[in-house]
Amino acid sequence: MNRNLTLGIALTAVFIIGALVSLFWTPFDVTKLAISQKMQTPSAIHWFGTDHFGRDIFSMIMVGAQTSIAVALVAVGIGMGFGVPLGLTAAARKGSLLDEVIMRGNDVVFAFPSLLIAILITAIFGPSALNAIIAIGIFNIPVFARLTRGAALSLWTQDYILSARVSGKSAARISVEHILPNVTNLLIVQGTIQFSLGILAEAALSYVGLGAQPPTPSWGRMLADSQTLISLAPHMALFPGFAILLTVLGLNLAGDGLRDMLDPRLRRAGR
Amino acid sequence: MLRYALKRLQSLVISLVIASLVIFAAIEVIPGDPASFMLGFNAKPEAVEALRDQLGLNQSLIKRYFSWVSGLLTGNFGTSYTYRSPVSEIIGDRLWISLPLAVYALTLTVLIAFPAGIFAATRRGSRTDVAVMSVTQLGVAIPNFWFAILMVLLFSINLRWFSAGGFPGWENGFWPAIKALTLPAIALALPQASILARVMRSSLLDTLGQDYIRTSRAKGLTRRQALWRHALRNALIPVLTIIGLQFSFLLAGAIIIENVFYLPGLGRLVFQSISQRDLIVVESVVMLLVFAVILVNFTVDLAYAWVDPRLRARA
Repeated sequence: MNRNLTLGIALTAVFIIGALVSLFWTPFDVTKLAISQKMQTPSAIHWFGTDHFGRDIFSMIMVGAQTSIAVALVAVGIGMGFGVPLGLTAAARKGSLLDEVIMRGNDVVFAFPSLLIAILITAIFGPSALNAIIAIGIFNIPVFARLTRGAALSLWTQDYILSARVSGKSAARISVEHILPNVTNLLIVQGTIQFSLGILAEAALSYVGLGAQPPTPSWGRMLADSQTLISLAPHMALFPGFAILLTVLGLNLAGDGLRDMLDPRLRRAGR
Repeated sequence: MLRYALKRLQSLVISLVIASLVIFAAIEVIPGDPASFMLGFNAKPEAVEALRDQLGLNQSLIKRYFSWVSGLLTGNFGTSYTYRSPVSEIIGDRLWISLPLAVYALTLTVLIAFPAGIFAATRRGSRTDVAVMSVTQLGVAIPNFWFAILMVLLFSINLRWFSAGGFPGWENGFWPAIKALTLPAIALALPQASILARVMRSSLLDTLGQDYIRTSRAKGLTRRQALWRHALRNALIPVLTIIGLQFSFLLAGAIIIENVFYLPGLGRLVFQSISQRDLIVVESVVMLLVFAVILVNFTVDLAYAWVDPRLRARA
């Protein structure tokens, strides 16, 4: 295992464990307001200090990790769940009308920056974590569809696929039994990258109030809350930002490391 | 080249038509009656009826779609019901902030990424290379609005070099306006510059390993000459594509960053319009941004084909 991968997995693990532990226990209750304790700087009791309602920032970051990870993970699931079958179908029917329709649809979705999709969805259905998931998920679909199609196309020219066809297997069966297992590595690597992009997108959406709504703690909204108080309590702006930075960094490093490990031919001198 | 351009133009038009249908459906069909949605639950029926009339909602869907599209094509975007002025005027005003911001940020991106990428690639494995790669790894991972907040903390609150937000307007002089856009542009540029520097580096490393570079060295060119005359030009091709893609990220990212710095650009306009349920404005701004993205991608495709004839043949 290379150094990037180890560091990346370690960083990611810290936040996943934090999120899991917060399901059962946090140092302080994040739903309880304690105005008398508000905006305290970091101390032995409140490691990361407290916010403008006196809530413990360390505990809020633990709970906020749940939101970030859940939103990003489900969004990657949506992207893979729709994108991979679309990509496999397009590759199996290369050059057909279906292929053309799928790829053109991808282009259009790509033309909408994910934030714009989120804004459109919010304008119609109102802000919520679910709508953030849908918005980020929709943007993930063409990413996985293109990746899968591209990789599958080169596999379709291989001899073992030809022999599978000669033996009478249908295109759908070949896609599932032979193509899919061979693109899994690529999908895992891309999934890691999209996971990290999802965390960034969720944070941005929550920051502008389009993501998870109060009282659900989220890193992006913690930053939004901190902004008006930044000259009084700068610590409120520091810790949630570091949480996002380190999680995304961890996932990116893990993605790079996995790519190098799973496919040495793809090894590049950095992205 | 002409055939390729026509083919790309055809797909540009198809993409625009689909995008307009999606936006129209999202804004005018899905939420039910836009007029009562815009006025809220407690609106008087007469007020809703009046707005329906003003919006042309009593016409058929197809008729509405075509009158919206023909309005877009002729620059008549309708009238905002909260601002009580033509949407095209509002957008025009805001564009004078968002567009310079995007151009400023893109300029910074290129100015940072090119030297960093070239420097790292030509000194591969050195300490500089490792430093550039580490910094860009951080730059990719940092949320740009958080970076913006940190810059406000340092440069506006502690050092008092810049104001923490707002925009003085171009009529009060060029430099104050540029100064107000500087922190936002840096915040927008940092992640994009990190990505671009990495692309520049790996693309340059690829070309530097090619046979024709060895040939050019063998016929007596210095490393520097080989780099500037041959390697860089070929390395630029993937870099150009990424720059095109980044423009759309800059436009979308500006929506967030304008909110950090309270800049009255298109991004803030979208948010204000959403909270005021002014769907006419949301619809037009989203369509405009999507149009910009599609147009930039089209231009990049053409530029790409112009630089690299192999692509024309493949199309």
